[in-house]
Amino acid sequence: MPNKHLIKEFEKQIGRQNVMAEEADRQAYAYDSAVLDAVVPALVIRPTTTEELGQTVRLCHRHGLPLTVRGSGTNLSGGTIPSSTESVVIVTNALAEIIEINAQDMYGVVQPGVITANFAAAAAEKGLFYPPDPGSQTVSTIGGNVAENAGGLRGLKYGVTKDYVMGIEFFDAAGELVKSGSRTVKCATGFNLTDLMVGSEGLLGVYSQITLKLIPPPKAQQAMMAVFDSVEKASETVSAIIASQIIPCTLEFLDNFTIRTVEDFRQAGLPVDAEALLLIEVDGHPAEVEDDAAQIKELCTRQGATKIQMAQSAAEKDLIWQARRDALPALARLKPTTVLEDATVPRSKIPEMVKRINEIGKKYHITIGTFGHAGDGNLHPTILTDKRNHEEFSRVEQAIDEIFETALSLGGTLSGEHGIGLAKSKYLENETSRGTILYSRRLKKALDPKNILNPGKMIGEG
Amino acid sequence: MADIRKLVRLLNELDEELVCCTRCGMCQAACPLYGETGRETDVARGKLVLVENLSKEILDNPEAVKERLDRCLLCGSCEAACPSGVKILDIFLKARAIITGYLGLSPVKKAIFRGFLSNPDRFDRLLRWMARIQGPFSKQIDETLGSSCARFMSPVIGDRHYLPLAKTAWHKHAHRRFKRPNHSGPKVAFYPGCLIDKVLPRVGDAAMRVFDYHQVDVFVADQVPCCGIPALAAGDRQTFEQLVRKNIQIFESVDYDYLITPCATCTSTIKKLWPLMTENFPAALREKVLAISEKTRDINEFLVDVVNIQPIGDQPISEKRVTYHDPCHLKKSLGIFSQPRAVLSALPDREFVEMREADRCCGMGGSFNLQHYDISRKIGQKKSSRIIESGADVVATGCPACMMQITDLLSHAGCGIAVKHPVELYAEALDKMGETEAAAHTPASEAKAK
Ligand SMILES: Cc1cc2nc3c(=O)[nH]c(=O)nc-3n(C[C@H](O)[C@H](O)[C@H](O)COP(=O)(O)OP(=O)(O)OC[C@H]3O[C@@H](n4cnc5c(N)ncnc54)[C@H](O)[C@@H]3O)c2cc1C
Ligand code: SF4
Ligand code: SF4
Repeated sequence: MPNKHLIKEFEKQIGRQNVMAEEADRQAYAYDSAVLDAVVPALVIRPTTTEELGQTVRLCHRHGLPLTVRGSGTNLSGGTIPSSTESVVIVTNALAEIIEINAQDMYGVVQPGVITANFAAAAAEKGLFYPPDPGSQTVSTIGGNVAENAGGLRGLKYGVTKDYVMGIEFFDAAGELVKSGSRTVKCATGFNLTDLMVGSEGLLGVYSQITLKLIPPPKAQQAMMAVFDSVEKASETVSAIIASQIIPCTLEFLDNFTIRTVEDFRQAGLPVDAEALLLIEVDGHPAEVEDDAAQIKELCTRQGATKIQMAQSAAEKDLIWQARRDALPALARLKPTTVLEDATVPRSKIPEMVKRINEIGKKYHITIGTFGHAGDGNLHPTILTDKRNHEEFSRVEQAIDEIFETALSLGGTLSGEHGIGLAKSKYLENETSRGTILYSRRLKKALDPKNILNPGKMIGEG
Repeated sequence: MADIRKLVRLLNELDEELVCCTRCGMCQAACPLYGETGRETDVARGKLVLVENLSKEILDNPEAVKERLDRCLLCGSCEAACPSGVKILDIFLKARAIITGYLGLSPVKKAIFRGFLSNPDRFDRLLRWMARIQGPFSKQIDETLGSSCARFMSPVIGDRHYLPLAKTAWHKHAHRRFKRPNHSGPKVAFYPGCLIDKVLPRVGDAAMRVFDYHQVDVFVADQVPCCGIPALAAGDRQTFEQLVRKNIQIFESVDYDYLITPCATCTSTIKKLWPLMTENFPAALREKVLAISEKTRDINEFLVDVVNIQPIGDQPISEKRVTYHDPCHLKKSLGIFSQPRAVLSALPDREFVEMREADRCCGMGGSFNLQHYDISRKIGQKKSSRIIESGADVVATGCPACMMQITDLLSHAGCGIAVKHPVELYAEALDKMGETEAAAHTPASEAKAK
């Protein structure tokens, strides 16, 4: 039960309707999309103005209360699970104003709670393009995207969130407003705090305003689907495409298990015998698109694709992407618990990685469907289980350990886009070094001496 | 008060369904309520967590869970969007019934449901009486829409622009028996539902006009018990079951091919919720429930898929436009969205235009509108601006509850757009076409039986 005086104080500053102290309300902010145990916070605050956001941080600082910022709570690494039952959760979804979209200088300025897809749509209305498109874009917030450095299907050609962040204003641990970056394309003013803030998972500051780069949209697109009878051929094709110096905007991979599951779910006529599918899209100037598409088609054939289907219309293009969009929903329906992992390897190691994931699945007798962003080496091995079955779930945990070990041994990384949070903090030293952890902890300690900003996440207890 | 252990045990039976929620949060984009409030307890994910926590004794406050569970339009938008296929509405309805069973029904609801709703005769009498006294208390406000508002400040009605009650229930003068027992066309039992029966009888009349034109043989019972959804939504399973039994009694002796309703909510209740919530019925009765639910069709679906209606006349280009709002209970619950559009595209004097977000909930949500009028209205205002922006002069929709909500919204906006059921527009077109031309068009003898 949270302290009555404290609640009163927050209510006075932030307004009664934006302070949630009842247990039932607090329980609804105890989890996120990661498969981890919930922790019920002491208080949930939903500021409606930047001033209130700063006020909330200052109050937490004064009382030494740990705070966890929450956008939409869709992260897959436990980043928004409160650090302890003493924690205050700050919800940003009332700070959802698109402050400016500047078509002339091609940037947008938003509050942190703006929904990613809404921002992209607003930019599109002005004839501009915001490429980062996480699968959760209809619900995830820009603040959450920046804090996790979220990626998406277009990462291969257009990069991820960090490639679009030009500036961030944030409150530091004491609630002091810090401004970094600018609306100009170039900016060499001061420390590069903007980049420090990207991917900081709520540990270094609370974003209050974000300036994002926008680009002109491509004039033409061509989508296609290539069918393969072996995973090796499919992944060698990925390398071949990259080596030929064509960069598709999207290059996605589906394994046989995922293909069959999607087909059962949608009956869209996918080749269920295929060992792997590549879903490819090129975009750009119409002439270039035509050229690239022809070249990729030829490459796929040469690499042994058994069939290549070019989308002839918007409807056919949609059908191809529907298969990819269905991957997670279709898998998620098979079993109660879905653990969506994020292991990423250099692109040339994809065949090896897919093979090893399958072996791990067999070894631990668990079901794993693999799909993902082949073009950038970011795979999503998706483990289907039932967390109520403790025996099976402990095998799942072992398998996950092994998946990450494998990714690291192949020169990969723990997270392509989902962040470290609570879920993967125990592996962090393996990828980096003891020194990295210590350095990060010293940095955090210097910036947040009371250790109130999302403590215990990513770099563990300081 | 019942034993908390029993509550926990009953809720635990929902575990198989509850555990399927992966907490992905994708329901946030779909939920109209969350769209307004941004509160996690208003979206499916948060509600499911609370039910699960109550069932696992992590939370010991059924009142708090009930209150949050009740803040919901039961629109099913979340379920339609859920990647994991969680049966969200089933869980919500069952949990509401279980928790209400434990906490007891509020005295007001008890009086309404057990006193009136479950007794169709008494319900009719009450409404007749209310229809009689409503005159002095209300005044007409919009002619196109036929809406009224309260003449005096009223805490119940507030600032609503409502459709007045019919003087007598529609079925009282519309009931009829099959005329042609040996006839080959489809034989339908027509189920108007409470709102059409008591507030929008013109829709019932239009349906009859259309059936007659297509030579569909119709049966209308001389009693119309409610389909039970208001009771079920309030967690009153007892009244719900009573109503299902009453309806079964009426239709079991009738030999019909389809049970047709012009109400999206009734259709989805009979088709989906009757089977879901009658698992404990005795086998013989249960079979009757399943049989009736199997034969139930939405009227648009019936006209397009069974009667196979064709465009009327030569489709002259017209200035007049009609747009369509997808009732949640038709599109999200039953997947019916092309048929009403086909009906509207058959109209000779109107061009069909899509509005943006045609399937966004209008905010009615049955009794949600009564309990949370402000939020309901805010959700609805998004709908009315989409309607206005479409440039249509009529908005059609296949659910009388949506019709009432949209009437209220458009009446407040004062924009001169009419609200109609697709069947009304179709009937109007038939009338306009006149008798001579009428002879040239598809008669029902060509219609596929069953
Ligand atoms: C179905 C599904 C598909 C997904 N697909 C993708 C994908 O394709 N690519 C991808 O990268 N991710 C994906 N994700 C993961 C997730 O959606 C992203 O991590 C997303 O960026 C999280 O956004 P959010 O608003 O939900 O943030 P939250 O989950 O609420 O928060 C994430 C982190 O950001 C911090 N944070 C949030 N707001 C602020 C702020 N204002 N200041 C400081 N810190 C803040 C939080 O403390 C937390 O550590 C997916 C998730 C799901 C459930
Ligand atoms: S969309 Fe479905 S699985 Fe995801 S959080 Fe909502 S109810 Fe749960
Ligand atoms: S039924 Fe409608 S209002 Fe209720 S939680 Fe689902 S989407 Fe929201």
